[in-house]
Amino acid sequence: MLCDVCGKNPATVHLTEIVDDQMTELHLCEPCARQKSEQMESQFGLSDLLAGLADFEKKTPDKEEVALKCKSCGLTYADFKKVGRLGCSECYTSFRKYLAPLLKRIHGSSQHVGKSPLQDKAPVGVRQAKKEDMGLPTLKEKLQKAIAAENFEEAARLRDQIRGLEGQK
Amino acid sequence: MNLNEIVNHTSEWLKGTGPNSDIVISSRIRLARNLEKIPFPHWAHPEEGEKVFLEIEKAKAKSDFLRHATTFGLANIDNVDKQLLVERHLMSYEHAQKTDHKAVIIDNDEIISIMVNEEDHLRIQVMQSGFNIFEAWNIINRIDDDLGKELKYAYSTEWGYLTACPTNTGTGMRGSVMLHLPALVMSRHIDRVMAAIAKLSFTTRGLYGEGTQASGNFFQISNQVSLGHSEEEIISNINGLIRQIVDQEKQAREALLQTNRPVLEDRVHRSFGTLKSAYIISSQETVELLSMVRLGYDLGLLKDIDGRKINELFIITQPAHLQKMEGKKLTQQERDVKRAQIIRSKLNL
Repeated sequence: MLCDVCGKNPATVHLTEIVDDQMTELHLCEPCARQKSEQMESQFGLSDLLAGLADFEKKTPDKEEVALKCKSCGLTYADFKKVGRLGCSECYTSFRKYLAPLLKRIHGSSQHVGKSPLQDKAPVGVRQAKKEDMGLPTLKEKLQKAIAAENFEEAARLRDQIRGLEGQK
Repeated sequence: MNLNEIVNHTSEWLKGTGPNSDIVISSRIRLARNLEKIPFPHWAHPEEGEKVFLEIEKAKAKSDFLRHATTFGLANIDNVDKQLLVERHLMSYEHAQKTDHKAVIIDNDEIISIMVNEEDHLRIQVMQSGFNIFEAWNIINRIDDDLGKELKYAYSTEWGYLTACPTNTGTGMRGSVMLHLPALVMSRHIDRVMAAIAKLSFTTRGLYGEGTQASGNFFQISNQVSLGHSEEEIISNINGLIRQIVDQEKQAREALLQTNRPVLEDRVHRSFGTLKSAYIISSQETVELLSMVRLGYDLGLLKDIDGRKINELFIITQPAHLQKMEGKKLTQQERDVKRAQIIRSKLNL
């Protein structure tokens, strides 16, 4: 069988495409398959999926979003939407307003649970101290977020922690 | 480690040992890590890429796990060698594409591999043979601790480990288990199983990761969500899910033996016969036939055959392995001839 595209080389890659419930089969040689897969990448890449998620709520980006740029690495939010990747760890702070709902949509959660690098350096006693050392302002901010995210279990835990700290004063 | 000798050596994960190794080929965990404030690889200047590489090398030298591992700078190895590493699951296909400041660190048993400057600064991977995801976690957790002592990881208490793509944020962890599910495919129950997996936020992919189709009845199942669940939680979820799929495959195999034994025996022995006598064979056909032979071996329909040899054939019949064994570049037609020759020599004793 020869390649459906170039008609010269033997077809070694067999592709099934489903468009509007119509199934078509393509038989391609290696070079043509590679070209085809690059096309598909650019059409249906992960970046589009992410951009789609990011745009879930509104169709046209507001002015603030267009102008948004990471102070540390210079990547704009528009760049992120195009490539689906952030520029550096500081982008998480720079784009926080838009990333928070995006993360929540991808993972169904916006609070990390699990390993942290601090734990590995500090002995157990210190680790506890560090965790509680978050400070009232941070905790209160977290509480607000937990309530906004309707994460009531987390909110109750934070509330108790805040009460505990306030009681100490 | 020497890439010219690696072809004659069976990777740890291919040994066909470990729990449930009749159905579970391998268990793997990868962690995505980045250095604070330095741009992620796709956005970094060359000198920043170089800096990341040097810092990781320094941290590697201080780790008991990694001290004896070999670092391969991708700019210094040729395309066949890169493909060889992809075929052995030691690095991703994407990593092999652009090579600037990219490297891969591999230990002698091919259990540990670390991609430097792939999508993230570090992609740490640990592979185990069979159903062994907890052991993979134990190892990778310690390697991560070692590196974390020397490197300043990008991390926030709210969002965990910060990664280039928001789909990995949080634990940065992906646990994957490679399964061989021929009976579920033959009995047409596989679609139902896959639909259930998708509902549970797990993804299914083929033998070679992202974007590859499942061939030869191999399925790679991994967690999708990385934020909001601890590593242990994610691993025990994977563990529970895989246990169920393994049970389903076992039942399907049992049912096939009871109701369709002659058909099964026919397919297994025909596949074995073709592999032993073919003079030209494509890699796709090889994988499909080997899958049947493996099933025959697992069910005791094929005796006097070394299970490890079957596992090994899946990998050494891949294009870069064939070219490495031949010591020169081969066209596709030449590879199909060489592949058939290798298979005959391994199976006809």
